[in-house]
Amino acid sequence: MTARPPIPARPRLGARLAFRLQRTLRPRAGLRWLSARIEAYGPARALFTGAERQTKQDLFGCRMCGQCALPVTGYVCPMGCPKELRNGPCGGVGVDGSCEVYPALRCVWVEAYERAASQGRVADLRLLHRPIDHRRWGESSWLNYWQGRDEGLWVVATGDTGHEGPSTNSAHHQRRVLGGL
Amino acid sequence: MSLRERLTSGGFAVTAEISPPRGADTGPIKATAALLRDWVDAVNITDNQGSNVRLASWAGSLAAMAAGLEPVMQMTCRDRNRIALQSDLLGASALGIRNVLVMTGDHPKFGDHPEAKPVFDLDSVQLLWTLRHMRDQGVVLSGRPLNPPPDCFLGAVENPFAPPAAFRAERLGKKVEAGAQFVQTQFVFDTDAFGRWMAQVRDLGLHERCYILAGVGAVRSRRALDFVRDKVPGVQVPDDVYRRLRGVPADQTAAEGARLAAETIQQLSAVDGVAGVHLLVAGNEQAVPGILDGAGVRVDRDGR
Repeated sequence: MTARPPIPARPRLGARLAFRLQRTLRPRAGLRWLSARIEAYGPARALFTGAERQTKQDLFGCRMCGQCALPVTGYVCPMGCPKELRNGPCGGVGVDGSCEVYPALRCVWVEAYERAASQGRVADLRLLHRPIDHRRWGESSWLNYWQGRDEGLWVVATGDTGHEGPSTNSAHHQRRVLGGL
Repeated sequence: MSLRERLTSGGFAVTAEISPPRGADTGPIKATAALLRDWVDAVNITDNQGSNVRLASWAGSLAAMAAGLEPVMQMTCRDRNRIALQSDLLGASALGIRNVLVMTGDHPKFGDHPEAKPVFDLDSVQLLWTLRHMRDQGVVLSGRPLNPPPDCFLGAVENPFAPPAAFRAERLGKKVEAGAQFVQTQFVFDTDAFGRWMAQVRDLGLHERCYILAGVGAVRSRRALDFVRDKVPGVQVPDDVYRRLRGVPADQTAAEGARLAAETIQQLSAVDGVAGVHLLVAGNEQAVPGILDGAGVRVDRDGR
């Protein structure tokens, strides 16, 4: 999808600190206001997106899918999985937890499970992630997150998600974008 | 009796696997299906297994049907995006293919076209969810209506043995939540580890929401044994099993492998929550009658 192929990356930010930051930076009025201002001004948006790209690339091997799953994957990027699996590991994980495609690297989901478990966040991994919208590659997911556009990225397994469409995230996102015009 | 009927009526189901040929001929599939039809409820038709080009799974499924054996059409996420996958489900359903087995698929790196673009537009959970939504809500992912919606019995796969072990039952839970009605597991050589996974599955109540078919393989040569142990992603062969199969003369490996498979089936059929077995015998289908005979499992195809 992007120029950079998916390669498992080990996060450089500890799980504990990552979840602490999550609490500090969760969407609320001030950040919503700020992100709307940044978004409204082209150069600010470009600068902000560039800074996000650099930061998340260094910390998580981010590839800028624009639909960040990190808050519910123990802050290990699932888009580094060679199969870009957002709902958990494939069946080919080595006995030692290695990736089947890159045996020298660790499976991102093995890492995600350990990090989530260490912070009491295993329940996060039960969420059902909807398919991503490939038009959003390169967008700032922080701006999307603070503006509440990522609310449809995943749903809680309730025992019957049959009525929930797997694809309403892009519709949800579209609505917010169009509504904002 | 269809696979779905066998399972819903509480019977012990047996499925096997056929790998389509690399060629424009359904003859080999029909011949194998004819061999298997008195022994199994349904047969998986693999989808470019191991990322190697083969005759299409839907075409192989039609060939199996023509030979009187119900197919389970495998569908991987490796080669098709969400448009093609949905389209293929409609085509399969319209042509009478009911059982669809959804899996992520092997990475192209392992096959004969390692330079190919890996698609993985959807993952297996998302594909199950999509197909279920098409069937139950009668709409495609875009929300446009289907007239008529497809009819399908949705299957998934799981590897009880791969890390993170503590998450494997939960992962099956996600697939069940997304729409899986039955699951076939990876090769079970280690029945103790399988038993531990099944205990987690029962704790989550998944065996009551999804029929669990345990995967059983038959090793037919020392070479195959080493291949399964070293080259098949996610399969673990315990040392005692390895020693047992290496311990017989090379010309008796196949017979010992079949005996081991039969014993494994007997052990697995006694595990609470196991609804059947899936024989991972692609390329070695002629071993099926002997294995099932040895296990004392006779699919009563006429008792319908």
